[in-house]
Amino acid sequence: MLDATLTPPRLPAAPGVGYKAQHFADLREAPGPVKWLEVHAENYMGDGGRPHAQLRALREDFAISVHGVGLSIGGEGRLDPDHLGRLKHLVAWLEPASFSEHLAWSTHGAEFLDDLLPLPYTDATLTRVADHIDEVQEVLGRRMLLENPSSYLAFAESTWSETDFLAELVRRTGCGLLLDVNNVFISATNLDYTPQSYLDAYPLAAVGEIHVGGHDEDEDDHGAPLLIDSHGREAAEPVWALLDHALAGTGPAPVLVEWDNDVPNWPTLRAEAERAASALASVPAG
Amino acid sequence: MSKTMKSVAIIGAVAAAMTAHSATSAEAAGKEKCYGISLAGENDCAAGPGTTCAGTSTVDYQGNAWTLVDAGTCAEIELPAMADGTARQGSLEELDRDLPSA
Amino acid sequence: MLPVPWPLCPPGDAMTTTQAEFRAALLDPARAVPDGLTDPKGEPTSRRFAVYRNNVTVALIDALRTGFPVLCKLLGDQNFDQLARLFARAHPPTSPLMMHYGEALPAFLDDFEPLAHIAYLQDVARLELALRRAYHAADSTALDPARLGALAPDVLMQTRLHLSPAVQLVHSRWPIHDIWRYNTQADAPKPRGIAQPVLVTRAAFDPEPHALTLAQAAWLQAIVENAPLEKAVDAATAHDAEFDLGPLLTLLIQQNALTDISTPKD
Repeated sequence: MLDATLTPPRLPAAPGVGYKAQHFADLREAPGPVKWLEVHAENYMGDGGRPHAQLRALREDFAISVHGVGLSIGGEGRLDPDHLGRLKHLVAWLEPASFSEHLAWSTHGAEFLDDLLPLPYTDATLTRVADHIDEVQEVLGRRMLLENPSSYLAFAESTWSETDFLAELVRRTGCGLLLDVNNVFISATNLDYTPQSYLDAYPLAAVGEIHVGGHDEDEDDHGAPLLIDSHGREAAEPVWALLDHALAGTGPAPVLVEWDNDVPNWPTLRAEAERAASALASVPAG
Repeated sequence: MSKTMKSVAIIGAVAAAMTAHSATSAEAAGKEKCYGISLAGENDCAAGPGTTCAGTSTVDYQGNAWTLVDAGTCAEIELPAMADGTARQGSLEELDRDLPSA
Repeated sequence: MLPVPWPLCPPGDAMTTTQAEFRAALLDPARAVPDGLTDPKGEPTSRRFAVYRNNVTVALIDALRTGFPVLCKLLGDQNFDQLARLFARAHPPTSPLMMHYGEALPAFLDDFEPLAHIAYLQDVARLELALRRAYHAADSTALDPARLGALAPDVLMQTRLHLSPAVQLVHSRWPIHDIWRYNTQADAPKPRGIAQPVLVTRAAFDPEPHALTLAQAAWLQAIVENAPLEKAVDAATAHDAEFDLGPLLTLLIQQNALTDISTPKD
């Protein structure tokens, strides 16, 4: 269990955006309501050059959230000590306001599969994921946030609901949660439950950050809707409605707009951040 | 080359080079000449486009699946055989000719 | 609708799915979808598993496309995608840092029979990897060239030059700088039939390739191997008796490619 005194400053309860290098100048000239930026940890694990120089400049004006995509916390194997070391180094020099990772796996043996792959929710996987979170928090000396995945299929062997699984991880490790409401909507549609029921069962008190983003629509073998977490467009209306629903439970929180594919120009992305700002403005202070 | 001649040549080169100035010291972190390299090898957490066949299609490059559907700029590049005896080099048209027919 | 997701089966009754099975089916489309993966009704599903298959394959092909833009132009998009798909399935990344993905591509091209007759492709791939390595290399402080000028001639001859971590040297028998330029710059001339080793520098943040002569490449290779100046010049003059160090040394200073010197007494 993590020592709570190690918890660093939190992200502001304001809109943030996923940082893209092409928005560097716009962000400094016309940030609009954006108060913080999220970067993918692995993109700043080179030795130097422009990525590091940009981060050093941006951290003067924005709080930074480091969002890992390669730690494979849901993996069957042990965490990669080299990767954990790189992460520790990044967090040490950047001193971000938050570190988060995914309830997923991406590494198998020596291979990195460059996707967030799903895991069943069982007693065995719960123990393993909790051990991995403990290890990360110990190495980094700080609390991490864990993000709920977008699901495209179910594991027959699962014995825990995702919400109970997350709540139990919070109880065992002291970690916080990153609530991705786009993922909630995608998983609920794909696995045929209501997203509101997910939020009602979800441990909202542990939320340290919320994600919104866009998705694509496809169909499964039987013509049932199959939503894909593409991050390539504006967030859908039901996702904004879920954000309101979540914020009513959490109170004001850091809200991130994710846009990773077909990245738009700055005014388009800023408009999404402005929409997040309006959602936050209508939340009673917590 | 004698040691003295070599020494003179190196000193001359150093003297010439010392008048050089670093041209780019004011280059800013944000002003990229080209985003190509910065975008190469980015990690992200987004999914690809749905269930398209990219993930399920098979490629058999020994057979007719390796079809040369569009030619790249290598078709425009004509280089002579290099001095080391590397004889064959050229365009995708040659490649097309070399493949077993369907 | 279920109020919350899962569980679908009573504990202990269900098929389990290992990550080894999941991974094997991800990169091999001929394999069946692993047991134990279902739709919300508990039915087997192939299109749902195809989302992951697609994500991984598309992500790796996209990474290779953005990492090897000149190779992609040389082959054409669709040919490149076929090559990339074969490569990605045979050589998935071995590190979570996608910035380094594709390091095995030159060797893969070396053994790739259908493209064996376009012999320069692997050298172009090595140049594109070198540009990426230079982009992410550690920052360094440039040498004050006055320190070189202050050395006595006999000391200068035995002095070793330290290169910035961003400096990359790509040897080639092919005109890879011309080929790179022809595919990245409008109105660039067609590649000439010459050997063109390439020096990559990064004066500040943008890597830049420079064509070298074989003699210049031999000199730089000696410097990379920590030879003193005199030995490096010997290596160059073995290729070209008229070798003039001036232009390359000037370029290295202009590009902040030298960081330090060590003299014999250091």
